[in-house]
Amino acid sequence: MKLSLSWLREYVELPSPIDTAELERKLVDLGIEVEAIVDQGATIKGGLVVGRVLEIEELTGFKKPIRFCKVDVGNPDAQEIVCGARNFTVGDLVVVILPGGELPGGFHIAARKTYGHTSNGMICSAAELGLGDDHDGIIVLPPSSAAPGTDARPLIGLDDVVLDVEITPDRGYEMSVRGLARELSHAYSAAYTDPGSVDISDVSLGSGYAVKVEDTVGCDRFSARVVRGIDPSVPSPDFIKRRLTTAGVRSISLAVDITNYVMLELGQPMHVFDLNLLRGGLTVRRAHPGEKLTTLDGVARVLDAEDMVITDDSGPISLAAVMGGETSEYQPTTVDVLLEAAHWDPVMVGRTARRHKLFSEAAKRWERGVDPQLTLVALSRAVDLLTTHAGGTPDENVLDINHVKAPAPVLLPTDLSTRRIGVPYSVDEITELLGKIGCQVTGVEPLEVTPPTWRPDLVAPVDLVEEVARLGGFDAIPSLLPPARGGGGLTARQTQRRTVGRAMAESGYVEVLSYPFVSPGAADALALPEDDARRSAVKLTNPLSEQEPLLRTTLLPPLLTTLKRNLGRGERDLALYELGTVFQPHLTTTAPPVLGVDHGPSPEDWANANAIVPSQPWHLAVALTGDVSPAGWWGPGRPATWSDAIEAARTALSAAGLDPSRITVQAADQAPWHPGRCAAILVDDAIIGHAGELHPAVLSNLELPKRTCAMELDLDAVPAKPVTQAPQISTFPPALIDVALVVPAATPAATVEAALVKGAGELLESVHLFDVYESAQVGEGLKSLAYKLTFRAPDRTLKVEEAVAARDAAVSEAATRTGATLRGA
Amino acid sequence: MSYRNDPYDPKQAVLLAPESLDAAVTEALDAFKGAADLDALGALKPAHLGDRSPVSLARREIGSLPPAAKSEAGKRVNIARQAVQAGYDERQGELERERAERVLVEERVDVTLPWDRHPRGARHPVTTLMEHMGDMFLGMGYSVVDGPELELEWANFDALNIGPDHPARGLMDTFYVDLPGLVMRTHTSPGQVRTMLTQEPPIYVVSPGRVYRTDEVDATHSPVFHQIEGLVVDEGITMAHLKGTLDHFARSLFGPDAKTRWRPHYFPFTEPSAEFDVWFAQHRDGPRWVEWGGCGMVNPRVLTACGIDPDRYSGFAFGIGVERTLMFRNGVSDMRDMVEGDVRFTRNFGMAV
Repeated sequence: MKLSLSWLREYVELPSPIDTAELERKLVDLGIEVEAIVDQGATIKGGLVVGRVLEIEELTGFKKPIRFCKVDVGNPDAQEIVCGARNFTVGDLVVVILPGGELPGGFHIAARKTYGHTSNGMICSAAELGLGDDHDGIIVLPPSSAAPGTDARPLIGLDDVVLDVEITPDRGYEMSVRGLARELSHAYSAAYTDPGSVDISDVSLGSGYAVKVEDTVGCDRFSARVVRGIDPSVPSPDFIKRRLTTAGVRSISLAVDITNYVMLELGQPMHVFDLNLLRGGLTVRRAHPGEKLTTLDGVARVLDAEDMVITDDSGPISLAAVMGGETSEYQPTTVDVLLEAAHWDPVMVGRTARRHKLFSEAAKRWERGVDPQLTLVALSRAVDLLTTHAGGTPDENVLDINHVKAPAPVLLPTDLSTRRIGVPYSVDEITELLGKIGCQVTGVEPLEVTPPTWRPDLVAPVDLVEEVARLGGFDAIPSLLPPARGGGGLTARQTQRRTVGRAMAESGYVEVLSYPFVSPGAADALALPEDDARRSAVKLTNPLSEQEPLLRTTLLPPLLTTLKRNLGRGERDLALYELGTVFQPHLTTTAPPVLGVDHGPSPEDWANANAIVPSQPWHLAVALTGDVSPAGWWGPGRPATWSDAIEAARTALSAAGLDPSRITVQAADQAPWHPGRCAAILVDDAIIGHAGELHPAVLSNLELPKRTCAMELDLDAVPAKPVTQAPQISTFPPALIDVALVVPAATPAATVEAALVKGAGELLESVHLFDVYESAQVGEGLKSLAYKLTFRAPDRTLKVEEAVAARDAAVSEAATRTGATLRGA
Repeated sequence: MSYRNDPYDPKQAVLLAPESLDAAVTEALDAFKGAADLDALGALKPAHLGDRSPVSLARREIGSLPPAAKSEAGKRVNIARQAVQAGYDERQGELERERAERVLVEERVDVTLPWDRHPRGARHPVTTLMEHMGDMFLGMGYSVVDGPELELEWANFDALNIGPDHPARGLMDTFYVDLPGLVMRTHTSPGQVRTMLTQEPPIYVVSPGRVYRTDEVDATHSPVFHQIEGLVVDEGITMAHLKGTLDHFARSLFGPDAKTRWRPHYFPFTEPSAEFDVWFAQHRDGPRWVEWGGCGMVNPRVLTACGIDPDRYSGFAFGIGVERTLMFRNGVSDMRDMVEGDVRFTRNFGMAV
């Protein structure tokens, strides 16, 4: 909201000149956000003076008519200035910027040669001075408004300071000169005159224009007055135009400008009807569903049963409180008007504004709360302004249909402010601070506080506490740490996620935090089967991009997109990880039970409500392409393979505290992986994820490099870390025996290893596969697996025979399970 | 013929003569000194310390001496022998030291060769900073609470005194989904609502996490970003406790000079409410106040909706943006750097922030 300081000064005695830095600080301390404070006098630098045109010489022979003028700017010699405008004559007073000056936009003025003459300065238009868009001609000041050579700034409103402030939604009263001036009077301890409490006792209330209010909830006050016989040709006076322009409101016509002016000054939105375009009496009611109205912005609107309308015999003529209609619009020829000032239900206006996407200045004020006791004051002010400038005669009677309820008193315990804020406020202080904002304070304990009519936001004791704290100053609040309470540290899940994330990063993976939005085509690109649960996704109803309306059910699509972005930026060797939630909708889609706010929900309602919340488990995913270890002076690089992806799963599970014996890896066929290079990762025999090389077709769909690998785990399915048990460490020496087994090539190494472990028995300390070998020598369709077996006993040095016996038992078990033969045997 | 009882005849014991021994010692020492390496030195050993060396041969001649002369001659031989051995040992030591030094020189490598054999991984600075902040509150005895990102509308809005007609509930800010009663959470406060519903006061929690607003991504906005919010509900909690907590948090994060400044503001879920700035002395454009977050005393309506007696308990709440903090604390100039996942950005932070 923008307002000029001169307007505020009419109602609050501010220091002059004002320190704008101090003004900004005071506004901020009042809770008013300052976008900008612009000293307009400083927007134009150098001499800007009144000049009297002495001579005009018309220059011809140019593309457009040009004038060479002599202008008295208060110096002994007249100033010679070339000018392209023609809307002035000899004797007129104009605004001249002298050489050395600077116009807004950094436009420097210097004496310069043009059209064959030297122009010593410039005669200015309003647009050139930054005073609006009026390029029609230069500014001609009223005759004898000032002597030539005097500073022109005050005459054209350029001595003002413009405040651009943001008002929080709870303080509708501040959206006016009246409210802002009141707030500044607190900050400056300055005298304040309330423009809302002028004496209107001479107004005669009675039956004015025929109006019936059918819905007094939606409209609890409706006031109106007729003015007849105004001169429609009278333009708005400059001060109104200027103040509206400053506030960002377009000047339209005198009557309309006055309603806007009064709204800005008092905070009371108004409407003006052309009396002669109204058909019969007015009715204020809810709209009939489907009723139509074309509003002033030319949009034909279909109304909702909750909207309030003003109707005449022809139907709706105004979308109440939000925007007027075309049929009764004030015209350039209007001579008789009906001025309306009403009070509307803020909730109704907010809904109507949102429903019709009509966030007018009026709607903004209604939604935030308007003083219901302003209607007659506003009418009086508007009628005064209108008749003063355009003549006309107001009807004697003013209509006022008033169902406004007085504000209810709020009971404020005297110690509540201190208990909530931590500052020892005395009762006198509280009474004084609340009195400043217009409250009536009576009673002893509790205080009985009646808020002023312009403060509909003050309904609970804590609302008053806020005002005490705000006006008492937040700086007065001491800084105290609350006494410590025993904390339990992170939960097991939180620790798990942190440890896993750290382990991935330490293994060379770079974390990404992708947006979880995916396209409907992502499931196809990943070649997910039709019945894959990952195809069932929650859909945003208002996505930022229509291309990506779904919430991810797997981390892979956004992660692979990020991989591709990095490739596009020239990175070739990439290892990324993401730790995040996926969204898995339940099959049922019932609405949650209605939960009130007057008390906590019952455990049953709360459980039922949560039953509809989709599962959102934490997943871990990685994506790899290029080399995992680079080529360098040490030798060649090593490309990322399916086994790195599986290793990533093991790394994560190890970080999660799981013993390797609980983890199993088995061949799997799961989209989007390569069916021959995909592993299912199992913990305690339950599949918790997959890893391996991605399917070539998927990589082709996604335009990713060949052999790109990925892994995804459901971290929430990983069991909680048990208390790790200490191992028994034998101090006796180990016996090491290597065995090479020949098995059919398709035999999983994991199966062979499991057999060795089972067969070797308790003496086996570890088994390590150190070579995998296929050749003609080994045999067609066979492979050789070479293992190092380490045997050790907890209580003695093993005899060679014992170790050999255990080795033989291991080989024998492998032979039984997999048909393995000892190589070379 | 026997000489046994002959008187001492120097001619018969020429090698035992002091001058002979001295000459043998001198010759040996000179030879050792001339040995260029350990092999050469070893080759000299038989000639000067072996059975046929002059000193060994001299010892044999002692027997030919008269008893009276034997003792003195024996001493002389021993001294000579020790001198030769000492000379040998000394030279051997020298040569061994030289060889050890030479090996060290020969084994010299270029330690400035690139050391990027294992590519470094990195955690996202948002994650690291969010954890760092959480740890500070853990240290103050708070717990860290989580909650779903796709959240009940009631927990995200109604329970927080954001009634059905609050502008924030319109399509302007909130992502809605095709399931009734659910929204993408617009703040992490619903996590605190969940805590209040399931835990009796005293409550001291922070809820960090991902939140959603329908803002297009640009240099300062992202539709998905991270917050950390704090909530305390206890008996006798005042706004002074809120100030103390935020000041302490600011000092922990930005150093002992940090402090907060409050501006009155409006939030539906707190009253009084404030926005707060932090004095950030390390700002790259010089020390200054930086807008940091919002805070206030929990609105009694929120306590009521969450089943907590507002007459017995009071509380405070605050929230800050993690990306916003990262922007001024670590000099990130564009929000997009934090959302695009460019590894060059993230690697720069490694495991710390």
